[in-house]
Amino acid sequence: MLMPVPDAGVIARRELIVARLRAVIGAGTVIDDPVEARAYECDALSAYRCPPLAVALPTTTEEVAAILRVCHEERVPVVPRGAGTSLAGGSMPTADAVVLGLARMNAVLEVDYGDRLIRVQAGRTNLSVSTFVDEAGFFYAPDPSSQLACAIGGNIGMNSGGAHCLKYGVTTNNLLGVTMVLMDGSIVELGGPMGEGAGLDLLGVVCGAEGQLGVVTEAALRILPKPAGARPVLIGFDASETAGACVAAIIRAGVLPVAIEFMDRPCIVATENFARPGYPDCEALLIIEVEGTPPEIDEQIALIRAIAEEFSPVEFRESKSEDESRRIWLGRKSAFGAMGQMGDYMCLDGTIPVSALPKVLRGIAEMSETAGLPVANVFHAGDGNMHPLIIFDANRPGDLERVEALGADILRLCVEVGGCLTGEHGVGVEKRDLMTAQFTDADMEAQMRVKDVFDPHWLLNAAKVFPLHVSEPRREARRNAA
Amino acid sequence: MRPETEAELAGMIRAARGPLSVIGGGTRLLPGEGQGTRLSTAALTGITLYEPAALTVVARAGTPLAEIEALLASERQRLAFEPPPAEGSTIGGVIAANASGPRRVKDGAARDSLLGVRFVDGSGEIVSNGGRVMKNVTGYDLVKLMAGSRGTLGALTEVSLKTQPIPPESLTLALPDLDAASAVPALTAALTGPWDVTGAAWLPGHGALIRIEGLEGSVRLRADTLSTRLSAFGPVQPREDDPWLLLRENIPGWHTPGKQFGGLFSASQGQSLSGAAPRSGGAIWRITCRPSQAATILTMNPDASPIALDWGASLILLSLPANTRPSLPAGTRALCLQGTHRGPLPPPDPVTRRLEEGLRERFDPRGIFAAPELTVA
Repeated sequence: MLMPVPDAGVIARRELIVARLRAVIGAGTVIDDPVEARAYECDALSAYRCPPLAVALPTTTEEVAAILRVCHEERVPVVPRGAGTSLAGGSMPTADAVVLGLARMNAVLEVDYGDRLIRVQAGRTNLSVSTFVDEAGFFYAPDPSSQLACAIGGNIGMNSGGAHCLKYGVTTNNLLGVTMVLMDGSIVELGGPMGEGAGLDLLGVVCGAEGQLGVVTEAALRILPKPAGARPVLIGFDASETAGACVAAIIRAGVLPVAIEFMDRPCIVATENFARPGYPDCEALLIIEVEGTPPEIDEQIALIRAIAEEFSPVEFRESKSEDESRRIWLGRKSAFGAMGQMGDYMCLDGTIPVSALPKVLRGIAEMSETAGLPVANVFHAGDGNMHPLIIFDANRPGDLERVEALGADILRLCVEVGGCLTGEHGVGVEKRDLMTAQFTDADMEAQMRVKDVFDPHWLLNAAKVFPLHVSEPRREARRNAA
Repeated sequence: MRPETEAELAGMIRAARGPLSVIGGGTRLLPGEGQGTRLSTAALTGITLYEPAALTVVARAGTPLAEIEALLASERQRLAFEPPPAEGSTIGGVIAANASGPRRVKDGAARDSLLGVRFVDGSGEIVSNGGRVMKNVTGYDLVKLMAGSRGTLGALTEVSLKTQPIPPESLTLALPDLDAASAVPALTAALTGPWDVTGAAWLPGHGALIRIEGLEGSVRLRADTLSTRLSAFGPVQPREDDPWLLLRENIPGWHTPGKQFGGLFSASQGQSLSGAAPRSGGAIWRITCRPSQAATILTMNPDASPIALDWGASLILLSLPANTRPSLPAGTRALCLQGTHRGPLPPPDPVTRRLEEGLRERFDPRGIFAAPELTVA
């Protein structure tokens, strides 16, 4: 992955910069030992890595502000990092960058059940927010697969989703406010009691801006009362396209399950070998989860059954116990691990209109065949957020390039049918250069203007999101001015 | 000016020399807005895509809200955010105002249903952002930025929206005896339990109103347990009629002065309104707060009468004597809907102001779009 040539001037001033950071960081830590700093050389997109100049681990908003002020004065690029679970290289550093890690900022600042909100520091992990409010009967809805590890700050940066966002929305729909530090060290509060400020929706544009506008240090999140209960059904089909059509019919009928997950045969076989969930032998299956009290769940499942029967399912398995529910989810939850057993894989994140599912599944199958690379599909079908997994062998020369080419073709198909490149993982470095498939120059210019306002010198996470040649004049302007 | 195509609109903006006010139906203007030459999007009409199975509708900005709602209703769908209706209202205006009704408490505001936008910025450049799919994190979310930007960053030409199936059953429970302050804990109780409440409001003369929707059996079951819970606050009775339209027609919509609040306070409603009708010539303020601050706000403003609470008491509509400002606890926000005050309370802090002004300058470098006055009158 091509990254800009690091700023030699910054690297030459490394000792001075580290000393200045140490002088202001207070209770936090600055890591400049190359061996220790290596732990921050990549995120979950581990194919691309680069050790940073240094790592700062602050403990308060004020320390974050002090670090950013120093970096701003010294014109040092900064890469914010939550827990480093980005699948898109969102927190991958460059050699001239300070990684600003939020891991030590994990406190709960306030919880108010009557007002249905919690305020946390942005380094707190996603799952531990729900855990904190669980006993009181609440939860935080966005639930990315990495929720055990990923941080709220990273969730805000990438506008993360999860399996349950079909009903509850993604991060931006559950975010009420943030405290954020701009690159020049100014601290600003965005949002409000209903998530809106007095004027422009700055919170809305900060969420999903991949850490390019500011460093979020605190967040106010909507928490919701837990449903009385939940139960999944598993429906098997003899063709992927039939499963896709059934999803569209369920959505259309007005049942609103909390999750509709899809797996195709390669994925079913892999998880069966890996975790033995006892899935039926079929071409594709859906796992649909509904919520409520037992009679409410029965009512919804009866409706889903009536719709599914139109599509001649090979199996309709309704969970009757906690154990059966667990087994139905077991395969889905272990799918990525199971695929990892089969070889290396690249996970795509294109999103399409639900009505285009049959067409896109057919298209992916054809492209996979032509390329000679197996593709397994496991994804959030209810909102059209696909996760095709391309299986390959990273040690075989040329395979990675072929995989990248197939991945790009699949994402272009997603855009062609009215979809987008990424539904929940973000652009990062990974899909940066595909942005032109979805946006015109004017579209990207409008987005980059927002960054000009928040970060005029393009120091924050700058070589990401936009194709390098598109952002280059702005990034170069900084270097020339320095 | 009344362009009929996006290209024509872009040409008009490029050619403009003086301030322009982008207007949809002109039904949600705030005091001070609508200055300069009016650039109407009312001729940019037409629903360009409607896919019920994908829960998506795409329409040009000037398409009447009523036309979109009628088409969706023919497929038993709706806009989840329940935009307050107004005669002549356009979908572009609804989005530019982020106008959202009672269901916001459950399903979010207009901005949460907005999937994509096309707009023309102040240089006459056509920009597209977002798209028509439910999940999209490709590039910056200018969709959110445009929602509620009130025509100050660009003129919307097309919007795509998520639709919602209309559930088979809807039921509203009322606690008619409660006044505004005593309604707050009842609304909070309803919203903090497992009932999936889709409306939690209070209206003078109607008391607390709580709505649940869904499949028939489920609504019946939830109504039973919710009634039991709510009976701790006062007598509970199901409403036979639909009070939510009454609320939508009057509350979070920002209608043309003179038209607004007509329905709620007209004698034809046949409801006694416990003396809360706004004073003639008085001011009307829209306050957002945490529900736990609502009673404090009412106490802090003894001269004010609550016109409505909505969104579980996160929204208070307050009638005040002319030329008075509400007293507000920290963290709350207020906007004058009717009266002489301009701009939000409290005014934006210097950093927010710098960011907002910076964005306006970048999207509208010539200052063509008439921004509302931000100074306190």
